[in-house]
Amino acid sequence: MSARTFAPLLAAILLLAGPARAQLTIEIIGGGANQIPIAVLPFAGESALPQSITEIVEQDLSRSGRFRALFVGGITQVPAEISQVDFAEWKSRLADAMVIGQAQRLPDGKFEVRFRLLDVLKQSQIGSSAYTLSAGQIRLTAHKIADFIYEKLTGERGVFGTKIAYVVKHGSRFELRVADADGQNAQSMVISSEPIMSLAWSPDGTRMAYVSFQNKKPILFVQSLSASQQPAPVANYKGSNSAPAWSPDGKQLAAVLTKDGSSQIYLMNADGTNLRRITFSGFIDTEPFFTPDGRSIYFTSDRGGSPQIYRMPAKGGEAVRVTFEGDYNVSPRLSPEGKTLVYVSRNDGRFQVMAMDLGTRQIQTLTDGYRDESPTFAPNGRMILYATDVDNRGVLAAVSSDGRFRQRLSVQAADVREPSWGPFLGNQKAVTE
Amino acid sequence: MKKALLSALALALLYGCASQPTEPEKPSVAPAPSRAPVTTSPVQTPASSSIPSKRSVFYDYDKSDIKDEYRPILQAHGQYLAEHRGTKMLVQGNCDERGSREYNIALGQRRAEGVKRMLVLMGATGSQVEAVSLGEEKPRCTDHNEGCWSQNRRGDMLYGGEY
Repeated sequence: MSARTFAPLLAAILLLAGPARAQLTIEIIGGGANQIPIAVLPFAGESALPQSITEIVEQDLSRSGRFRALFVGGITQVPAEISQVDFAEWKSRLADAMVIGQAQRLPDGKFEVRFRLLDVLKQSQIGSSAYTLSAGQIRLTAHKIADFIYEKLTGERGVFGTKIAYVVKHGSRFELRVADADGQNAQSMVISSEPIMSLAWSPDGTRMAYVSFQNKKPILFVQSLSASQQPAPVANYKGSNSAPAWSPDGKQLAAVLTKDGSSQIYLMNADGTNLRRITFSGFIDTEPFFTPDGRSIYFTSDRGGSPQIYRMPAKGGEAVRVTFEGDYNVSPRLSPEGKTLVYVSRNDGRFQVMAMDLGTRQIQTLTDGYRDESPTFAPNGRMILYATDVDNRGVLAAVSSDGRFRQRLSVQAADVREPSWGPFLGNQKAVTE
Repeated sequence: MKKALLSALALALLYGCASQPTEPEKPSVAPAPSRAPVTTSPVQTPASSSIPSKRSVFYDYDKSDIKDEYRPILQAHGQYLAEHRGTKMLVQGNCDERGSREYNIALGQRRAEGVKRMLVLMGATGSQVEAVSLGEEKPRCTDHNEGCWSQNRRGDMLYGGEY
């Protein structure tokens, strides 16, 4: 993907390599429209924290493509309360919104952070919150603050507190990693000397289905993300076992097995029991993906002579063809509200992520790489993470669902691939006390 | 009778080719020809007492049909399996890196199933052969050009003990 093709070119390197291990580095390579100008001021007393919290908040907001973080230097006194804010000054700096706050160390060694989100034009408070946190919860708290601001100002849930998973290939070593949505705080969940692919989060975010070649052929596993149990094989039949997809209620898995001949779609309980076949085409049927209501499954099939995307009832039944343009349309994924289908098309030998509005059937090319693949929606539907390559090295990239804003994430000296964006976590570990 | 004659002819052709220096490439999985197969069959006919040396078939882009030039190879393996009923084989289908990883798993599977079907036609039993796919995940060659891709669009035959 060439950065030259994006205008305007911001090329702001927001996050540089993390401490001990190679973290994902994020580079913004496109500009969004209608960004909200916001001033995130340093919190009064913030130097008491082991790490700046407002820097992370500002990076989160910028990375979403929905905000433009304003320069906040040159102020003599950091306001801790609304009464100390010079609104005229921030209006002249063209801020629509601003964030102020204060931080302090508590007697028990924990920290307290309070912040206020202000409307500069109305000179009023939009919202506020307070958190008690330990030193290890700075990033988590910053993501929560960014999510609070995002939701108040856009009316939609933010995804800064969510997780992403991906596979890193380092020589002949494969790692399934889970990281914060900004690529930081990465943790290895599975390490193997054989390939790992097709990651799928359970809808509650507690388990990961994936395909491993550790037994010299594709076998489907489910790994708990909370406990350090051994991954359990849920489909290890004769032939190949791949392409897992969770039903929205988390009770069932769709997967592709070849035990009866060609690649066909089967349903099973999440533990692998109660297996039943739902496609009977004799052609390739693969890459199942449930609709949000759980009633239908989108999938890829070459039953019409070339790989195209189809939809069928989740219980089995007649399939309806969905894509018609081009001779290679694969990897269907639905937006969380079910209105947009993203998939990968081969266009003049290039593989690119496309978006189809399922209401109007209008199609848009979202990415401009040569080997873009494995698209995955953020749980708020606003961004799509995908795999691409730069100089023959696998990297992750993200594009806004309107195609206007892009960013690239990469791990130095490793191939990154197979992204999967995790769900909203209903019971995220509370930092408020 | 006629079939047996054809098989013998094909074998002769195959082994004839194998000794020539213009051999396109050696499969990385190929063991030394003298390596004994893992077998419980006591029958060892002189015609096929060792495992045929050629282990790979190659495909065109997006295709899974077996080209005529590879039929003698499959005939030799099919006959070997027919004569060694206790011998198991794993057929691995592979693809080049272009396109969806999961679709390539399915395409590699179709390639492997095609090899298996041909082996059964040539005398092997279905239960001797397992067809699996490695998709694009285990490339033999890692450059991003047709020279490499053509090597990676491949079906490999591995005998019991080799995988």
